[in-house]
Amino acid sequence: MTLATELSAPPGARLAIDKVSKWFETSRGRVHALDDISLQVSEREFVCLVGPSGCGKSTLLNMIAGLEMPDQGSVVTAGQPVKGPSRERMMMFQESALFPWLDAFGNVMFSLKRKPGLSEPERREVAEYYLRLVGLEKFMHANIHELSGGMKQRVALARALAPNPRVLLMDEPFAALDALTREQLYGDLQRIWAQRHVTIVFVTHNVREAVSLGDRVVLFSPHPGRIREEFRIDLPRPRDINSVEVAGYATRITRALKDRMEHGAGI
Amino acid sequence: MKRFCTAALFFVLLIAAWHWAYQARIWSPVLVPSPESVVRYLWEISLDGSLWSSTVVTMKRLLAGYVIGLLAGLPLGFLTARVQALRDTVGVLALGLQGLPSVCWVPLALLWFGQTEGAMLFVVVMGTLWSVILATETGVRNVNPIYVRAARTMGSEGVHTWVTVMLPASLPFIVSGMKQGWAFAWRSLMAAEIYVTILTGFGLGHLLHYGRELNAMEQVVGIMLVIVLIGLLADKILFSPWEKFLHRRWGTEK
Ligand SMILES: Nc1ncnc2c1ncn2[C@@H]1O[C@H](COP(=O)(O)OP(=O)(O)O)[C@@H](O)[C@H]1O
Ligand SMILES: [Mg+2]
Repeated sequence: MTLATELSAPPGARLAIDKVSKWFETSRGRVHALDDISLQVSEREFVCLVGPSGCGKSTLLNMIAGLEMPDQGSVVTAGQPVKGPSRERMMMFQESALFPWLDAFGNVMFSLKRKPGLSEPERREVAEYYLRLVGLEKFMHANIHELSGGMKQRVALARALAPNPRVLLMDEPFAALDALTREQLYGDLQRIWAQRHVTIVFVTHNVREAVSLGDRVVLFSPHPGRIREEFRIDLPRPRDINSVEVAGYATRITRALKDRMEHGAGI
Repeated sequence: MKRFCTAALFFVLLIAAWHWAYQARIWSPVLVPSPESVVRYLWEISLDGSLWSSTVVTMKRLLAGYVIGLLAGLPLGFLTARVQALRDTVGVLALGLQGLPSVCWVPLALLWFGQTEGAMLFVVVMGTLWSVILATETGVRNVNPIYVRAARTMGSEGVHTWVTVMLPASLPFIVSGMKQGWAFAWRSLMAAEIYVTILTGFGLGHLLHYGRELNAMEQVVGIMLVIVLIGLLADKILFSPWEKFLHRRWGTEK
């Protein structure tokens, strides 16, 4: 493994989720979190999962990450069944999950420390490269508590990209940010994705966000979590979340979402 | 600099007041020695080496017991946080014994170990151990589980996660537990040294005790001053760096 391959875009990875179901035992009894989910994500695709909270979006993401195992069905990435976490599939969380005892640079280094085949100076170079990529070269040695919410998520993005994963999983990464910061991050994420072209699975409950980012928007419904509908977004990039086209798609999807909810409540 | 001047002024005034009280003969000079006699006493024992040697004896006992208490307390704290059975047993024991004023270990230590270094060590370890166990347990149980999940996606597992995630994440709790353990150990060691003479080494507590036997107030006050200074120094050397680190990284209020 050389520095050049580390810094260049990773090989693409297909993602195949086949008839996955998942139950949780809770104090209130058995919760059927996901029911018979099948989803194919092609190489370098950007897929957004949308749905009300509790419909199993995080659970599905955790299973792709290998942090949780399906009770039924299988998850396969790049031809390999997912057996556990791997640096091939990195995850970003709503709370940045950055380590406060390390500075920004240290956080990015953490995800490289256990990566074999790199020397220490190479690791440092890779970490610096990704911090620069997210526009934080001036804040490499900032403490986490000194960073704004948006900057924290940038560090988290750099940390997730640093091991050069083939799949990037993002669980409502911008939900806690203000609208302005969010829009900046949409732009940055699209720029970085165009450059790196990793496969992205992005969870959100913001329909406009999903439309302005995704090649495809997958609609979930709860109790139990099921896939309801898919929408292909045929809009040129970069997209502007405030554009009429995005608003048009968003209205259609929101209407479908509401229909589902009403039906769901009627049953 | 301004803060330093304020502090210096305060202590100069304090000593001046002491000097004045001595001169005015408000109390018997046997009970309140002059600042000069205290300084003279400290000068003498530093010249004949006994100040140094008894400080070394005391610090050796303290550090040895403290390090043992830490090395045992940290893993035990990690384990009690993780294993329910241990939490119900060792955890409860630690909670109970931590509430016991650590001086209360002295009689037991003497009966078990006699007038030996073992008794001293035991008292110090007991002072340290329970605080460290409890603080570590609380710290580990307060670690945000998302840190562990994030670490797992980055290829960390097992011992690596414990050392590089759980340990630093619970540091704010552990450091305050270490501080408390140090304070308890220091107090109980002084009590033990004052109560019992141990022929293998005369510590500061021993000097304090003999000051009383000889009715030498300048010795009593002088040694008390030394003990206070050691406490302050320990705080600066042992804990200040950790606390500065915590303030800087976590951004907690000073
Ligand atoms: N570790 C868990 N233990 C018990 N129940 C869980 C767990 N994780 C998720 N659930 C339940 O599974 C369902 C789906 O949760 P989640 O995947 O977090 O949904 P979403 O991310 O779409 O809001 C919810 O009803 C939730 O309560
Ligand atoms: Mg969720």
